Amino acid sequence: MSNKEWPLWEVFIRSKQGLSHKHVGSLRAADEQMAIENARDVYTRRSEGISIWVVASANVFASDPNESDSLYEPANSKLYRHPTFYDVPDGIEHM
Amino acid sequence: MENALFEYLLRLGDDSLILGHRLSEWCGHGPVLEEDIALTNLSLDLIGQATSILEYAGKVEGKGRTEDDLAFLRFDKDYRNLLLVERPNGDFGVTIMRQFLFDAYRKPLFERLVNSSDEMIAAIAAKSLKETKYHLKHSSEWVIRLGDGTEESHNRIQEALNSLWKYAAEIFYEDQVDEELKKHGVLPDMDSLRKDWESTVHSVLEEATLKIPDNNWEQEGGRKGLHTEHLGYILAELQFMQRAYPNMEW
Repeated sequence: MSNKEWPLWEVFIRSKQGLSHKHVGSLRAADEQMAIENARDVYTRRSEGISIWVVASANVFASDPNESDSLYEPANSKLYRHPTFYDVPDGIEHM
Repeated sequence: MENALFEYLLRLGDDSLILGHRLSEWCGHGPVLEEDIALTNLSLDLIGQATSILEYAGKVEGKGRTEDDLAFLRFDKDYRNLLLVERPNGDFGVTIMRQFLFDAYRKPLFERLVNSSDEMIAAIAAKSLKETKYHLKHSSEWVIRLGDGTEESHNRIQEALNSLWKYAAEIFYEDQVDEELKKHGVLPDMDSLRKDWESTVHSVLEEATLKIPDNNWEQEGGRKGLHTEHLGYILAELQFMQRAYPNMEW
């Protein structure tokens, strides 16, 4: 019996027409077809979605947390990029 | 006509109920988390089908029995499910092969029952067809994956096929019940259904590099209420609560 684990896949689900696919979690599967089926069974049991994407986790390149200073700090000092000086008019929702 | 319809609904409903129960035994025991959930999803689909079919059976019978009465308070000889669906789960290969041989029959069956002259059966078939299409996709892909996989997976799924093949023929068992319902347009022609089943089974098994066993002994009995000892154990677990605490609800 082989103990080799199946590769890991990241699962993205679009919950409604017009919304974008959102990362919902990961799972293991032998190939992309099985990954879609497993995602259907694991992540759409309660009508969560209408479309599924799976991406091999090995193909996801992530930013390095150790570099967060150089990556994200510079934006903090650029206050003019944040529209915080505007008064939001009454009656505007979802801001 | 009512008697034949009641009898047929038991056949249809008991197949779903007993296979649904069998699959529920996998809950918490699946080979991987993902498949554990998949098998219990199938189980819930089948138990849902059994609920609506047996509810209708109770109405047709007209003696005031509910779907729960029919599921939990009949004796083994009153069950009409195929011997195939009461076979023990075995290893994952046996469970998948049993599922595949069954799904390959249920999908073309529901495709035809959608046009049944009985509106209730047509409605149940329309809902169940969507579920069954997925079941067949799931089980066929697993048969191919295991058959065309490693030496061990190939041998195991071939053994599963060898052990289950003799129970497959009962799928096409017919008697006067079917004859009468066919006359009234309730049931479809079985010959064309059988051709569909054979073509699905042959093409999937071929892709899976599996061989249909030479032994063509056909074991039947379930449709007539003659079951293997396995059904007794299933009913013991399925019916325990209602037998021990009659009319208990939760």
